Amino acid sequence: MTYTFMRHFSLAAAASAAFALATPAAAQDWEPQKPVEMVIMAGQGGGADRLARLFQSIIQKENLSNMPILPVNKGGGSGAEALRYLMDKEGDNHVIMATLNSYYTTPLRTDIGVDIEEFTPIARMALDTFVLWVNADSDIETLDDYVAAVKESGGTWKMGGTGTGQEDSLVTAMLEEEFDVSVTYVPFSGGGDVAKNLVGGHIDSSVNNPSEALGFYQAGNLRPIAAFTPDRIEALPDTPTMGELGHDLVYWMQRSFVAPKDMAPEAVAYYTAMFEQLNASEEWQTYTQEKALMAEFLTGEDLQAYFVEERGKHAELLNTMGEATN
Amino acid sequence: MELLGHLADGFATSLSVTNLMIVLIGVTAGLFIGAMPGLGSVNGVAIVLPITFIVPPSSAIILLAAIYYGAMYGGAISSILLGIPGASTAVATTFDGRPMAQQGKAGLALIAAAVASFVGGTISVVLFTLFAAPLADVALAFGPPEEFALVLLAFTTFVGLGGDDVLKTIIMICLGLVLSTVGLDLISGQPRLIFFDQPGFYSGVSFLVLAIGVYGIGEILHTIETSKSAPAVTPAKLTFKELWLGLKEMNKLWRTMTFGSLIGFFVGMLPAAGATPAALMAYGLSKLMSKKPDSFGKGNIEGVVAPETANNAASTGSLLPMLTLGIPGSPTTALLLGGMVMWGLVPGPLLFIEQPDFVWGLISSLYTANFAAVIVNIALIPVFVWALRMPFTVLCAMVIVLCIVGGYAPNQKMHDVWLIVGFGVGGYVLRKADYPMAPLVLALVLGPLMEKSFRQTLIAEQGNVMAFVERPLSATFIAISAVFFLLPLLKHLHRFSRRKTAANESPAD
Repeated sequence: MTYTFMRHFSLAAAASAAFALATPAAAQDWEPQKPVEMVIMAGQGGGADRLARLFQSIIQKENLSNMPILPVNKGGGSGAEALRYLMDKEGDNHVIMATLNSYYTTPLRTDIGVDIEEFTPIARMALDTFVLWVNADSDIETLDDYVAAVKESGGTWKMGGTGTGQEDSLVTAMLEEEFDVSVTYVPFSGGGDVAKNLVGGHIDSSVNNPSEALGFYQAGNLRPIAAFTPDRIEALPDTPTMGELGHDLVYWMQRSFVAPKDMAPEAVAYYTAMFEQLNASEEWQTYTQEKALMAEFLTGEDLQAYFVEERGKHAELLNTMGEATN
Repeated sequence: MELLGHLADGFATSLSVTNLMIVLIGVTAGLFIGAMPGLGSVNGVAIVLPITFIVPPSSAIILLAAIYYGAMYGGAISSILLGIPGASTAVATTFDGRPMAQQGKAGLALIAAAVASFVGGTISVVLFTLFAAPLADVALAFGPPEEFALVLLAFTTFVGLGGDDVLKTIIMICLGLVLSTVGLDLISGQPRLIFFDQPGFYSGVSFLVLAIGVYGIGEILHTIETSKSAPAVTPAKLTFKELWLGLKEMNKLWRTMTFGSLIGFFVGMLPAAGATPAALMAYGLSKLMSKKPDSFGKGNIEGVVAPETANNAASTGSLLPMLTLGIPGSPTTALLLGGMVMWGLVPGPLLFIEQPDFVWGLISSLYTANFAAVIVNIALIPVFVWALRMPFTVLCAMVIVLCIVGGYAPNQKMHDVWLIVGFGVGGYVLRKADYPMAPLVLALVLGPLMEKSFRQTLIAEQGNVMAFVERPLSATFIAISAVFFLLPLLKHLHRFSRRKTAANESPAD
């Protein structure tokens, strides 16, 4: 075990060294003077939390920061608590925040006085994908089978997912709209719980992220029907995309880092460089492949433009769901 | 046989000198982390997790298992000595542990907690070793209706108890249920009961905040009042003779310990539940089955033994869905899951087949950690008891500081601190009016679970209430709940009729 570990370490160290040579200026202008707070927009133990802590451990292991990174969970109110906290930290160079899609939906659904355009974008690390799953014991093999079965159920089809207004319910709403069907949406507290209930036969289908369902798929408990991605997912090469089947359904969960308003440009450069090195690390690249995440790295103005565009799309989605938006 | 071979390989790793050192360090650190109010195994594991990435994975697992178990043992210590639950899993331990300490039996209570934790840990690890794979199917069979029925069962053990004033019990359960609805509703995503528009209420009322308030602060206020000028000094000491007597006493409690372990293991295994409901259920059920239910809450040793066996058994139980299904049964196991991913392991149905070295290494380190924890814990009992000899004026200030720090630590919000103070004063007043506190905390733990599973079932079944009794597992639980609810009533009637017959017969004598 130790030798593989050392090999990983030296490879990644070499990669980061090479990177450091390429951007020497950024890292030298400014360095954190005290431990950096990493605010997590979700509670302990969920998918977002797990990923944020994974980032923290890679940063620590690869020595990407001279100061420790301290993860702090502020999951209250679907991330409202974290957003408010970041707003109050204006100009602070020692706070960054790990985001998910509630970064747009929470300010849209509840008036918390936060404008995400004011925050400083740092880096988008990954896009998580969504796949339509059924229990492997069911007769449903294709999307057509699926739509037929849902129609036949007359609205009693049980679709499991995370809380109402969160990602899974948005994907479900997209499905309902596209195929002109209606399902019974059963909310659970986390993606793992959803997958377990699908395997146990308590619900009929789910739109789990592959990372939550791959284990069950490999054990032969779950069957993927179609992916909400433009291209096929590497880990599920036989699963068609919705696009291939003639339906324009794509949805991503973004995993990014942002900073408070008016963070010093030198500090922004420092963190951007840090995440760039993280993105190049072997651990992260292996993880994204195994978990079927898309490591779509994006920074600066491009990232801000992406956030604004996504916010617009989510406002529309929430409207079609009949949710009041601010 | 294959199983024994795997286990032997695991032990070969976990018993090396370095790993034994790691276990001792981990257990001791865990014990103190667990004993600090507000800090529990979650915090212990979170603090240590990044360190584990720089040691070999086998040692990392052992360190984490040691901290996990150490913290589960440690939770009982402040519950018993100070009446402040050291962790949410140890709330039920205060019910009888604190009265025992006040009667000068702190040493006995601590021994009971340590031995009970050991027995709970051991029984559950044996169950885990033998039946991990088939038990994973049991966890899968639990959907929302079954979860609801199980929570209902837990409630009836508290409502149906004789002794306490039933009306007051129900009032306190309702109060707890009201508190449990505060915050964002999972089903609709809408905020509920946000008092005074305080953003802190969005994340709900934390169970630990309530428990530290009513038990920690409330208890101190009560003690200050009752002790007035001459504070009651608890003459607590511990000698080898007492240790021996304590162990002999524990030998009589096998029934409670076995029962607590089984409940703990099965409830802990369900992803939605965990060690806190498990400990509360074990407490309620052992009170219900006891011949002297009235002595519970007044320093009955069984009231310490039952929750302590259950919470340790549950901590092992919650590893089961994490390893076999990749679903963490508790926040702590969620962190462990993150750690496993970092070590390049994929938890899930295939873990036992693809990574047997890891799985059996973990299981054997659970045995080792449990054994080390009970020894370190018993060895340190004199030190803990010694803390009680401090002058009350000093102890009282320390307890209040610990309560405040313990309430602030998990979320770093002043909001929680103000709530603790509020709950402390409120709890003190209610206690003066003889309202029981246990149903209040029980309702706050189980309320959200019950509401969620109830609404999930009704949504999924298009509002058909019969869904709860149409499924065999949930129907069984509901039937048992009905029995538990009616049992005290029947007992009462039985006693009444016996008294009547006795009265009829006596003239004939």
